[in-house]
Amino acid sequence: MNETIGMFFIIVGLIFDFFGCLGLIRLPDVYNRLQASTKSVTLGTCGILFGLFLFKGFTAAGIKAILCILFILLTAPVSAHALARGAHKSGVKLWGKSVCDKYEEDKNALSKTA
Amino acid sequence: MKRLRWFLGLIIIIIILAIIIFYPFPSLLEWQSPLLRHSFFILFFCALFCLWRIIKGPTSADRAVAIDILGILVLGFCAILGIPTGRDWYIDIGIAWALQSFISTLALSKYLEGRNFDE
Amino acid sequence: MRKSQIILFILALLIWSFLTWPPDLQHLIIGILVCGFVSFMTGDLFVKRPHRFKQFTRYLWFLYYIPLFIWECIKANIDVAYRVAHPDLPINPGIVKVKTTLKSDTALTFLANSITLTPGTMSVDIDEENGFLYIHWIDVKDKDIQKATEIIVKIFEDVLRRIFE
Repeated sequence: MNETIGMFFIIVGLIFDFFGCLGLIRLPDVYNRLQASTKSVTLGTCGILFGLFLFKGFTAAGIKAILCILFILLTAPVSAHALARGAHKSGVKLWGKSVCDKYEEDKNALSKTA
Repeated sequence: MKRLRWFLGLIIIIIILAIIIFYPFPSLLEWQSPLLRHSFFILFFCALFCLWRIIKGPTSADRAVAIDILGILVLGFCAILGIPTGRDWYIDIGIAWALQSFISTLALSKYLEGRNFDE
Repeated sequence: MRKSQIILFILALLIWSFLTWPPDLQHLIIGILVCGFVSFMTGDLFVKRPHRFKQFTRYLWFLYYIPLFIWECIKANIDVAYRVAHPDLPINPGIVKVKTTLKSDTALTFLANSITLTPGTMSVDIDEENGFLYIHWIDVKDKDIQKATEIIVKIFEDVLRRIFE
């Protein structure tokens, strides 16, 4: 019974992983790619690890899988945030059809006053 | 034109999924269920998408994003490999890989900002 | 021993005993020695206000925060899958500015993390002095600061203030 539910979690996680990597190819600029892939791949890998926990139960590998889930949920958004900031500071423009860019305006205002 | 490209992409993805499911890829492990085996090869296919973005990416920021995502996918590989082999240390490799990938992503973002590592 | 050092010692020992799961005398002795040394050296770097660990209602609000976060996360993933698989790519991206009233570092980190994993938004930069967050939104509904704040931040801000502030 546990193995059936674990297999279900692994397959759902795999579908999310697949859509995340598809977004990495289809979307037009760095920020959109970062959004889609970070969200989907984080939750997808968490699903796979939870499936591993259901397969193994409360043994060494199962507890380590739970620790891994916590670790990924804490660090993946931080690295996405750092990459977006670095990309914006290195001068990567937003997509041509973007609506607004308040960050660029504020940076220009700061550099004029200073 | 846009719809035609979308449709071509859909057909290619369906063909590759069908190859993965119906063609018996050689592997040394004894998989407990065929679904687990298919899921391993589908994850491999996802990693190929990331490699395509690393090769093609127009700016260096795209490559850094793809490397970050590939680092998380390797954790999924380790988790799936832990089930059929029955060895617990695969998840240890996963934890170490996740730590190292997080730190390397932070270093890459510092490099993108144009700063030195000691700031 | 100060209170912050004792709290750090307990947290570190908990994580160590999970990493070496079947609890064992050897691992426990080594863990107590190393955790004691580490928490003695770096006690007041991580835990700055130890009296907050005693207030019981914070843990209850944290238990309320977890299912809220998981539900938003699943909604975000279905949203991303819809946008990626649609042939016309229905995206309308832009970077908007949002005001927050949270002050402490932990609360801001958790707020930025929850914003990144919820539907269509990702935090790009934080201006800590004035309390502004710059957010990349995949489907911009409103450019104004007030309305964007109501849509994006409102869900988590109350709960996080009750947990960390």
